[in-house]
Amino acid sequence: MCLGIPVRIKKIMGEKALAESDGIQKEINLVFVPEAREGDYVLLHAGFAIQVINEEEAMKTLKILREIAEAEK
Amino acid sequence: MERILLGHGAGGKMMHNLIKEMFVKAFNNPALNRLDDGAVIRMSSGERIACSTDSYVVDPVFFRGGDIGRLSVCGTVNDLSMCGARPLFITLALIIEEGFPVSDLERISLSAAKTAAEAGVKVVTGDLKVVPKGKVDKIFTNTSGIGTVKKGVDVSGSNAGPGDSVILSGFMGDHEIAVLSGRAGFDLSVKIKSDCQPLNKIVQKILCLPEAVRCLRDPTRGGLATTLNEICVSSNAGMEIDEALVPVRSAVRSACGMLGFDPFYLANEGKFAAIVKEKYAGRILRIIRAEKEGRDAAVIGRVVNTHRGEVILRTRSGGRRILGMLAGEQLPRIC
Amino acid sequence: MKYISEFYDKRIAAGLSGAIKKIAPARELNFMDVCGTHTMSIAREGIKDLLPANINLISGPGCPVCVTPDEDIDRVIGISGQKNTTIVTFGDMLKVPGTRSSLEKERGKGADVRIVISPLDALEICAKNSNRKIVFFAVGFETTSPGIAAAVAEAARRKIKNLFVYSSCKLIPPAMEALLKNRKVKIDGFICPGHVSTIIGSSAYEFIPREFGIPCVIAGFEPLDILQSVYMLLKQIREKRKKVEIQYKRCVAEEGNPVARKILSKVFRPSDAVWRGLGKIPRSGLVLRKEYKKFDAGSRAGSRAFRLVSNGAPNNEAKASNPKCRCGDVLCGIITPDKCGMFGGKCTPESPVGPCMVSSEGTCAAAFKYRHTSNVIRRTF
Repeated sequence: MCLGIPVRIKKIMGEKALAESDGIQKEINLVFVPEAREGDYVLLHAGFAIQVINEEEAMKTLKILREIAEAEK
Repeated sequence: MERILLGHGAGGKMMHNLIKEMFVKAFNNPALNRLDDGAVIRMSSGERIACSTDSYVVDPVFFRGGDIGRLSVCGTVNDLSMCGARPLFITLALIIEEGFPVSDLERISLSAAKTAAEAGVKVVTGDLKVVPKGKVDKIFTNTSGIGTVKKGVDVSGSNAGPGDSVILSGFMGDHEIAVLSGRAGFDLSVKIKSDCQPLNKIVQKILCLPEAVRCLRDPTRGGLATTLNEICVSSNAGMEIDEALVPVRSAVRSACGMLGFDPFYLANEGKFAAIVKEKYAGRILRIIRAEKEGRDAAVIGRVVNTHRGEVILRTRSGGRRILGMLAGEQLPRIC
Repeated sequence: MKYISEFYDKRIAAGLSGAIKKIAPARELNFMDVCGTHTMSIAREGIKDLLPANINLISGPGCPVCVTPDEDIDRVIGISGQKNTTIVTFGDMLKVPGTRSSLEKERGKGADVRIVISPLDALEICAKNSNRKIVFFAVGFETTSPGIAAAVAEAARRKIKNLFVYSSCKLIPPAMEALLKNRKVKIDGFICPGHVSTIIGSSAYEFIPREFGIPCVIAGFEPLDILQSVYMLLKQIREKRKKVEIQYKRCVAEEGNPVARKILSKVFRPSDAVWRGLGKIPRSGLVLRKEYKKFDAGSRAGSRAFRLVSNGAPNNEAKASNPKCRCGDVLCGIITPDKCGMFGGKCTPESPVGPCMVSSEGTCAAAFKYRHTSNVIRRTF
C-alpha cells in the first residue's frame, strides 16, 4: 500500500500533471509538491506526487553503494 | 464455502482446487485427470486426437492488438498446440446480449475468420444465443477444437524431468496490460498491444524434433508463475528460474509498478513455455527465435529434482525465494 | 525504470552482503520493519538469503489493512447493506474478514463495493452517482492520509454532497512507541518506513534512540536500499551510536513534506485508535476535524446519514473471531507466521482466517507467497 514509484513529469497543467515512466503515461496530482518542474522525477503514491526525487542524493547513494561493494572485492 | 467468488475464475489456486474437488471428482477419467490444456485421446485406429474447449469473457471486447473474436480462435488453437496437436477444426458459440451492435458482431466475426485463416484452421460449426439485456455483458464466446497428434510426439505437463531446460517464447504481460488499458476508468495511457496470436505454426516447427519437447504450456490466466507451478506439480519435479532472464518490457514493468501487479502473474495470449531436453535446448531456442512469434525467446531456467512441486526463483538481487501459484485474483475478465 | 533498476544490482548486493557479514556481531539481532511494503520487498527479493543467520528481519504492524480492527470492518459492512450506498476502498480491504463476513463476500451477495487506486477516484464516483451515498473506507498511514485529506478538501470546495469518509487511518510513530513499551519482543533496530518518512521526516523518530536507545534507519524499498539500511544499523550498533539516519536520501528530507502535513492537519486531527494486535494506542488514529464532520461516516454524532450497526449483523449476533488466529502476535513481531498453528494449513491466501494473510502486504501473506527456501511450510495444494 505504500507503493510509491518514480515517474517523470512531462507536462504541468495547474495542480495536475502528465507523468510518464517507460512509455506509460498517467495524470497525477501535484498539490503536495508545488516546487516540482517539468522534467523532475517525483514519487507517485495513490494518484499524488508526494515528493520530488533528489537526483544528486540518488547519485551519492549509488556512489556509496558501489564503494562498499568495491571494498569487498 | 457457499458462493463462487471471482478468485475461482482467476486461473490460480482457488480455481485449481475447485476443479479438482468438484469436476475431476465428478467426471474422473484418465484423459481429464491429467488436467493438461486439452485432452489427448487414442482412437481405436491407433491415431491420437486432441480436443480442447475454452470460453471468453474478456472486457473490453475490442482492445489494443485484438478482440474477443481473435482471442476465441487463438485460445483454442493454442490449447491444442500445447497438447502437441495440429489444430484442424474449431467450433464457435456466441451468447450475445440484446442490444449488442450488429456492426460490432460483424467486426468480431471477421476478426475470428481472419485469425482462423492465419492459423490454417476451419470454423466448422457453431451456435448462437441472444439473452435479454443485462443477462450477459455484451458478448461471451466459447470455442472448442479438434486436432491430431503426430506419432512420436509426447507432450504433457507431467513429462518434465530433472535437467530439462525451461524456454519462454517472449515478453510476459503484454495481453493483460493491453486489455486493462482499454477499460473505462483506467487512467494509464499505454501503447502496449496484446500479444494475442496463433502459436500452432511455431509449435509445429519445434515438434519436428519430437524427442526434444517434453512439455508445452501457454501462460494465460494466472501467468507464468502459475503455469510453471502446474508443471512442477504434474511432473513431481522442481524448477529453478532466474528472474533476470525472464523477458518483461520496461513499459509493462512500469505499469505493474503503478498498479501494484507482478509480471509473473499477468495473462498472456501469444506466448508459451517449452520444457525441452537439455541437449536440444540450443537448437530449439534457435528454431523459436527464427519465427516472428518467438523473436524474444530465452532460456529462463531448468527443471531439478529437489524441492519437488515448487519453483524457486533466483531474484534480481541474487536472493532466492519460492515463486508460488497465483493465490486469489489479480483482475477479472482478462481472457 | 529510473531510480529503481539501479538499486537492485546483483554485484553490489553481493558486495553489501559481504560487508554486512564483516561487521555483524556474533549475537542474535532483531531488526524490525514497520511497513508492509518493506515486508513484501524483503520477502520478494529473498533478502534474508544475503544476510548472516543471526540477523533477523522481523515485521511489525506496518500493514494498515492488517491493523484495522474487526469493529471497523463490521461497521462498514453494516453501512454497505443500506439503501443507495456504495462502499469505495482500496483493493486489499475487500477480503479482510470481520467477525462474520468481508466486503468481498458482501459484494457477492449484491452490495455495491468498488475498488479505487486513488482517493480522488472516489470524487469521480460521487459525481457519476449523485443519487447514491459514496462511503470511502479510508485506510492508510501517513503516506496515504494526506491524499485522503486533499480529496476531502476538494470535495468541500466542489460542494460535493454525497461523499462520506469512514476513517481507519493511523499514525506509525505511536505504534512504534507502544511496541517498545510493551517489550514482548526484543527490537535491536528499526528499519523505518521510507514513504511514510517522505511525509513526516526524520524528527518523528528521534524519541526512539533518545528514550529507548535503539538505532533507526529510514530505508528505501529496493534490495540495495534494504541491504544498505541493515549495514547502517549494524554500523551504529558497532560504533555504539544511537540515532535516526536516513538511507533513503533521494526521497526523504529531514523535514519531510511540510505541504502535505499542512493539508493533512487541516482536515484530520489525531485521536485514540484501536489497532488489531496492539489494542488502543493514544493519539494514533486520524478523525475528521469538526469543519469536515458532514463527510464523516464513522462518528455517531457527526453523521446522520447512516445507522451504525455494530457487527454488521441485523440481529446483533456477535461471533467471536477465531480464537486460534494469532494475527495480533504476528503484528507485534512476537511470533513469525510459521509459528501460528493455522499458517499454511487452515489459513492460506485462498482461505485466509486473519488479515495478516489477506492483505497483499500482510506478514503472513508475504511469508506464504514468497517462502524463503530454508523454511519448511506445510503444503495444502
